[in-house]
Amino acid sequence: MLRYAYYPGCSMDTTGVTYRMSIEYLARKIGLELMEIPDWNCCGASSAHAKGKWQALALPARNLAIAEKRLPGLDICVPCAACYARLLAATAAIRESDETRARIEEITGVTVKAGAEILTLMDVLGTDEGFAACAAAVERKLTGLKVACYYGCLTSRPRAITGVQNIESPELMEKIVSLSGVECVDWDFKTECCGGSHQVDAPAAARPLVERIFRNAKANGAQAIVTACPMCHLNLDMREEEINRKMGTAYDIPVYQFTQLLAVAMGASAKEVGLQKHFYPAFKRLDRTLRKAGTLQ
Amino acid sequence: MSRTGVFVCHCGSNIAGALDVERVAEAAGKLPGVRYAATYKYMCSEQGQQLVRDAIAEHGLDRIVIASCSPRMHENTFRKLLKDTPVNPYMLEIANIREQCAWVHTDREQATEKAIDLVRMAVAKVSKNKPLHSSFIPVHKKALVIGAGIAGIQAALDIADAGYEVTLLEKESSIGGHMVMLDKTFPTLDCSACISTPKMSEVAAHPNVTLMTGSTVESVGGYVGNFDVTIRQKAKYVNHDLCTGCGLCETKCPAKVTSEFNQQLCTRTAIFRPFPQAVPAKPVIDPDSCRKLSGKARCGVCQAVCPLGAIDFEDKDKLITDTYGAIVVATGYELVDWAPLYPEYGGGKYPDVITGLQYERLVNASGPTEGKILRPSDKSVPKEIVIVKCVGSRDKKKGRAYCSRACCMYSAKHAHQILDKIPDACVTVFYMDVRTPGKNYEEFYDRAREDGARYVRGRVAKIFRENGKLICRGEDTLLGRSVEVPADMVILETAMTPAPEIRELCARLSISTDEYGWVQEAHPKLRPVETQTAGVYLAGTCQGPKDIPDTVAQAGAAAAKVCILFSKNEIEGSPMISAVDENKCCGCSACVRVCPYRAVTLEEIDSREINGTVKRHVARVNAGLCQGCGACAAACRTGAIDLLGFTNAQILKEVDALCL
Ligand SMILES: Cc1cc2nc3c(=O)[nH]c(=O)nc-3n(C[C@H](O)[C@H](O)[C@H](O)COP(=O)(O)OP(=O)(O)OC[C@H]3O[C@@H](n4cnc5c(N)ncnc54)[C@H](O)[C@@H]3O)c2cc1C
Ligand code: SF4
Ligand code: SF4
Ligand code: SF4
Ligand code: SF4
Repeated sequence: MLRYAYYPGCSMDTTGVTYRMSIEYLARKIGLELMEIPDWNCCGASSAHAKGKWQALALPARNLAIAEKRLPGLDICVPCAACYARLLAATAAIRESDETRARIEEITGVTVKAGAEILTLMDVLGTDEGFAACAAAVERKLTGLKVACYYGCLTSRPRAITGVQNIESPELMEKIVSLSGVECVDWDFKTECCGGSHQVDAPAAARPLVERIFRNAKANGAQAIVTACPMCHLNLDMREEEINRKMGTAYDIPVYQFTQLLAVAMGASAKEVGLQKHFYPAFKRLDRTLRKAGTLQ
Repeated sequence: MSRTGVFVCHCGSNIAGALDVERVAEAAGKLPGVRYAATYKYMCSEQGQQLVRDAIAEHGLDRIVIASCSPRMHENTFRKLLKDTPVNPYMLEIANIREQCAWVHTDREQATEKAIDLVRMAVAKVSKNKPLHSSFIPVHKKALVIGAGIAGIQAALDIADAGYEVTLLEKESSIGGHMVMLDKTFPTLDCSACISTPKMSEVAAHPNVTLMTGSTVESVGGYVGNFDVTIRQKAKYVNHDLCTGCGLCETKCPAKVTSEFNQQLCTRTAIFRPFPQAVPAKPVIDPDSCRKLSGKARCGVCQAVCPLGAIDFEDKDKLITDTYGAIVVATGYELVDWAPLYPEYGGGKYPDVITGLQYERLVNASGPTEGKILRPSDKSVPKEIVIVKCVGSRDKKKGRAYCSRACCMYSAKHAHQILDKIPDACVTVFYMDVRTPGKNYEEFYDRAREDGARYVRGRVAKIFRENGKLICRGEDTLLGRSVEVPADMVILETAMTPAPEIRELCARLSISTDEYGWVQEAHPKLRPVETQTAGVYLAGTCQGPKDIPDTVAQAGAAAAKVCILFSKNEIEGSPMISAVDENKCCGCSACVRVCPYRAVTLEEIDSREINGTVKRHVARVNAGLCQGCGACAAACRTGAIDLLGFTNAQILKEVDALCL
């Protein structure tokens, strides 16, 4: 059964709204039940661990504790790569040592076992059941669109916690997004860092990191980049114009969430997945691709 | 009652300076059984030894205690001295009052007391000593050399030239190892094939050498002077007595697979010689790729074309057993399989990221491109070339902390060759350190830089592809900033790693390997070509990464050790080995399990009991294999197995002397 506890994370109603819209569309289409963890709190994201170890563990741990009590027996699906990394780190730390667990319980005031598995949305759609459901829901193909799948650095690292073998070149997003009919190019920056929150506090220093991602995607023939994280998406989508302006480049590469492409292939309109809300124009490229198979309106 | 003589050595001021030797001798003189006690300035000197001889004659001594330096220093000196006296050389004990007393204590009074204790223990132990007599083991003067790279070839030639028979074993179908794959060799840049192929023919033609290719060691029994070795010779499917090596079959064989010798850069046929100068210069069939032998098709083309009817599809593996007096292990190295270790370098997906050994084949006149440096993907001449050193070496995260030792030099060689052959080439070498500790090595590296090679200090973090270029991103740690160097071809100088199956071979030979699988020498400084099993020696890179000059030197040293062993008709075995009291042995096999040299076995005997004769099992020690380590004596619960020279009775006497 496609049923999971769901931790949306703070950005889903703001910068990640297009991700949310497309996830909701897709979930309806394939019968995926995402049970939002009641009264969840911020996971600490990319700042808490810079403040202090216990803060960084206790914040996500409280969410684990609530899920355990209110949604027992369900694994937890986390669509944001940064939230995923935090929840996974807390899970690993609690499982590894009783002392850590006791200290966390003391801070949060609730008991926590961390028995549930932490899964990205890609993990969920990559299960046999999720994959079959997606395949069955696809109505039209985005044939001809060449995309570079960008995972960001946090879904595979650190290896000690994620257990991911092929850190440099994972294949799961390619497998899933190919269902929409797009062609995934072979490129080399799948898991490079986009600068994370430094795009906000040190944009000049972080800009080259994003520029390199565009550069390598373009050099390997990609017409669009596909992400699986609200932060990665924001950092690429929001900075593309600025990079072209300040660095003298001429990239014309819209950035989509992988769920947007799937939802469109399942019949969603541009509005339903929020294409008009992108910083960098994202409508035309998809519209052109789709013209043969139907309409985006 | 025993008649013991005690001799206390001053060792100049080494001992006498730290404790009162006269008081030690005086106390010794009062110990039970001691007939004579004296001191002397240097007991090991001729005068000191004469003192012992005279005292034996004068006082009728039957056992001796020398209180002096460590037995590792002079036990043998004093044993030799006793050989010419009525006292058996094993009726001797050394009390170590130098390393274990004088050198480690500052309080003269306490040091003297301790020295007296040590002497009392030695006197007690020697009272239980029994005369022991060496056994003599005949030496079978024929050597087995395993592995026919330059190390094995050199060792075999040296032993054969000394007049002894040698069997040279090689698992591949030709001898030569890695050296024949190389193009030129640093630092002289002489052609590798030109200096190694003459040695290959020489060893093959040597009257004292039997060459066995396609062969591995199946099992090893026996001991120094008398190893019984069974060799498996793989089926060749070509009768080499008939074959003339005309090569017709190779031109007609339709089955093609990638060539191991050319490092996957081109193909070979199923019936093949790995390279034109192969020794023996006759083909074999690789059954996995042959269409007929793998059952894929009827084929048989080679059989049809061979003018001499040399093809034999019915050929079978052969097992051959022979006796050897000594064994030299020369199994060499392999290069680490870098692709799975380095996903950040593309993990093998870029054809133009190659290894140093692939480069050697590219630049070699008899290689797949006839010596033109053409990159594998599109056969174009690369202009911008990046060389990455220490790939897989010196990196604990990648599994190997050690330095591969030859790559600093051969990467300088590679840079020099490229700049020489491709005039407008641009070569960048990423390095951590440049290690050039050999004769003319630093000068060679200087030359590569003068030729124009650009050295950047730092590791390459990532190799990625953009617009047909391979971009090498790394850190220039001297400038403290990251750099991106575009390349048409990247050469990875990958780590040396021990030959596969080396651990199995070492287990058969009862020798050990280190954590990586390099064969362990008996002592890193003083016994570098010996192993801990007598009669088994080491040569070349099987012991650890090294270049050709060091490999050849070590091979010569191993050969010399074999010749020393063969210069005697028999070797004197130490009598300090284990012995079994069959009456006490219950046949539990505890000793069999603990013996690291597989010297103990269980044997059935007829035993006379009250109710008649019954059959039972008892332990038996092979005197040739036993190294006298004592593990069995400690494991035996009935006290049936005892180490001569260190019997339970002797040890207990010592303990009693100290504690009671
Ligand atoms: C790219 C590259 C370039 C180099 N350039 C130079 C250079 O310019 N100058 C220089 O001095 N050095 C150079 N070297 C180093 C040189 O290759 C070695 O020092 C030398 O070849 C070591 O010889 P060896 O006999 O110890 O080992 P190997 O050449 O590896 O020979 C071992 C032999 O044993 C055989 N064998 C293995 N296991 C068994 C078994 N179980 N039973 C039977 N046979 C077995 C193997 O098939 C092989 O034939 C270079 C190395 C590399 C990788
Ligand atoms: S039988 Fe055919 S495939 Fe096999 S070695 Fe002979 S020619 Fe080649
Ligand atoms: S054709 Fe016959 S003789 Fe000639 S190389 Fe082949 S097997 Fe040997
Ligand atoms: S020899 Fe040089 S290149 Fe090779 S591992 Fe050692 S330092 Fe690195
Ligand atoms: S003394 Fe050591 S080598 Fe000898 S039989 Fe006993 S265990 Fe084996």
